[in-house]
Amino acid sequence: MHSFLLRGNAVLTFALTVLAVACVLASLTDTLHSSKPEVNVEILSVDAFGRNPGGNDEVVLTLHISADLQSVFTWNTKQLFVFLAAEYESSKNVLNQISIWDSIIQSKEDAKIQRRTRNKYSFVDQGSNLRGKDFNLTLHWNIMPVTGAMFSEKRVLTGFRLPKNYM
Amino acid sequence: MEMVRNAVHSVRSIHYRQLATQIISLGMIVTSALIIWKGLMCVTGSESPVVVVLSGSMEPGFQRGDILFLRMTKDPIRAGEIVVFNVDGRDIPIVHRVIKVHERQETGEVEVLTKGDNNYGDDRLLYAQGQLWLQRHHIMGRAVGFLPYVGWVTIIMTEKPVIKYILIGVLGLLVLTSKE
Repeated sequence: MHSFLLRGNAVLTFALTVLAVACVLASLTDTLHSSKPEVNVEILSVDAFGRNPGGNDEVVLTLHISADLQSVFTWNTKQLFVFLAAEYESSKNVLNQISIWDSIIQSKEDAKIQRRTRNKYSFVDQGSNLRGKDFNLTLHWNIMPVTGAMFSEKRVLTGFRLPKNYM
Repeated sequence: MEMVRNAVHSVRSIHYRQLATQIISLGMIVTSALIIWKGLMCVTGSESPVVVVLSGSMEPGFQRGDILFLRMTKDPIRAGEIVVFNVDGRDIPIVHRVIKVHERQETGEVEVLTKGDNNYGDDRLLYAQGQLWLQRHHIMGRAVGFLPYVGWVTIIMTEKPVIKYILIGVLGLLVLTSKE
């Protein structure tokens, strides 16, 4: 244990091992965290509803999204990826999940969302099943850590329905 | 200079049995690394249990040089999951988020659309000609965990192979000249 290279090797290996253990411990603290998120989404208006050039049903909505996700942040959270998905069943598909809006929240202070917006991504069906369709709007958030395991949570909001006829 | 003279002296004074032992220990190190890698493949159910993030398309969550731990289970693929997939005809796996899922009645087959968090549009431009959706067989795993910066080692060794050879040379010299 006298040469420079051997000493350097020992120090480096030890440092990396300690770092790895620290990352695992940091990630474990995330499992102890409990959160109390508050979520509410309203559809303010249906702005367009019809068949798109591809022959599939498409709808354009204006939404009001309000959510308080501050309690979801832990010391090991780098960002929250939040997205709103329309979820419904059709005769062809037992489940359709369509992300219509998303946002990245990088700090606890920014985690109070009050947004009035059109859907960011197109709400398009596979086929023509959307008339009169009951659907859920689920707010999902993906907790992306500084290091370690990623978690995902959601809040399902039911009771939304599309118009019976095209507009 | 002293170090080099010492190293040269130890190389010259090596006995054959000692040399064979050194080479076998080196082989053992390489084989155990391989065992760990293959073992990880079994435990995680994925062909590549660890990937290095190569592009900035998932920033700011994943930066170039981070590594992702993957798992593949039989659970259905759902929106929001970060998946690793191969496009037919390309061999670099892409790590993006699922934004649309259409799961068939009865068969449970699924059609999925992905998008990088930092990209403006979805991944249809990246898929093969005429392909609009990904199916389950395209997907190699889900990202379940993450370590920052560690992947830079792999990126540097791939993009500047010189460093790979220097590193192997130094390691080889170390094993050969240590008096274990």
